[in-house]
Amino acid sequence: MKKNALFSLFALTGLVLLIAAASPVAPGLKVGDKAPDFKLKNVDGRMVSLAGMKDVKGYIVTFTCNTCPYAVMYEDRLIELHKKFAPKGYPVVAIQPNDPEVQPGDAFEKMQARATDKGFPFAYLFDEGQVVYPQYGASRTPEIYLLDKDLMVRYTGAIDDNAQDAAAVTTRYVENAIAALESGKNPEPSFVKAIGCTIKTKKK
Amino acid sequence: MRKTIFWIFLLSAFSVHAQDTIGSMTPKGGQIAQRFVGHIPVFEKYDVLEPVLNVDNDTTYIINFWATWCAPCIKEMPYFEQLHRAYQGQKVKVILVSLDFSRQLESKLLPFVTDRKLEPEVIALIDHDYNSWIDRVSPEWSGALPVTLIRKGAQRQIVLEEFSSYEELENIVKSFVNL
Repeated sequence: MKKNALFSLFALTGLVLLIAAASPVAPGLKVGDKAPDFKLKNVDGRMVSLAGMKDVKGYIVTFTCNTCPYAVMYEDRLIELHKKFAPKGYPVVAIQPNDPEVQPGDAFEKMQARATDKGFPFAYLFDEGQVVYPQYGASRTPEIYLLDKDLMVRYTGAIDDNAQDAAAVTTRYVENAIAALESGKNPEPSFVKAIGCTIKTKKK
Repeated sequence: MRKTIFWIFLLSAFSVHAQDTIGSMTPKGGQIAQRFVGHIPVFEKYDVLEPVLNVDNDTTYIINFWATWCAPCIKEMPYFEQLHRAYQGQKVKVILVSLDFSRQLESKLLPFVTDRKLEPEVIALIDHDYNSWIDRVSPEWSGALPVTLIRKGAQRQIVLEEFSSYEELENIVKSFVNL
């Protein structure tokens, strides 16, 4: 009996360890979580926060950068998203999370240059010191967090289902998610994975 | 025309086979690829590639998802080349699954592989419906490149970032080989 109890204890400890090892450490925001606000420097030099945006019903928070080919392929589509949905209360808020010491092409001055060249109509913010992206649990560029006006995450993941060819897109996940919010529904799907570039950090 | 395609197919399949020095070392991705760019088998759908990546035998597979445009992927490429050479003749197989864009297979991927004389098997996967297959590689994978799956039979380990040294890669591979 004693042996049995000891064995159970062992098994239980093993199980707990196994579970601890299996769960990914980075928590990250999931659909239904409240996203933290931030105050980050925009390419125009001004500090931008979500709370500072007026007359909004939600936010298309997008982790993106200058240097990832996937991010570049989505630049024009981000511009279109903003032009279409900012007037309806859903502005794109782009955040560049890479460490410029690792990825010099993503330095603040380079961000300014890119924003000017492309004529970004949305805020393009620098996550200086890489403080914000870990709070969101973002892992790649580009990656979307669609928030409602209470900053609750309602959709996260890809913009659409064809990064390489905008003309061949069949499902526009972010547009569909906004349409769902507008009609008082939960976006379905609410989480879509896609290929992207790792967020660049110094090796610890 | 049809005959030509058949011969290209047969030759390619044969050349892939010829490189495979150990008979048990399936998969031979070339035999079921939908088409080829140079000698590189191209898979339009993950569904077709999946059985190749999940073949069940006693070989340790190191499956690296990469692209020529992915700087950290190129940085760790020497480790996979070194591993491939160090374990030749053993039950260890490196498969480099390129996620290069379909329109750049000829202009970017093929020259990279040829100029570098890349020895491990290279496969191109151009299934752009990523959400349909990323989780099947590993639910833990966000989709960020590079990512490496090391597996033998049902044992699997996913490495979600680039290796910082050859030793880091080899230590994991060794633990699988010794299983």
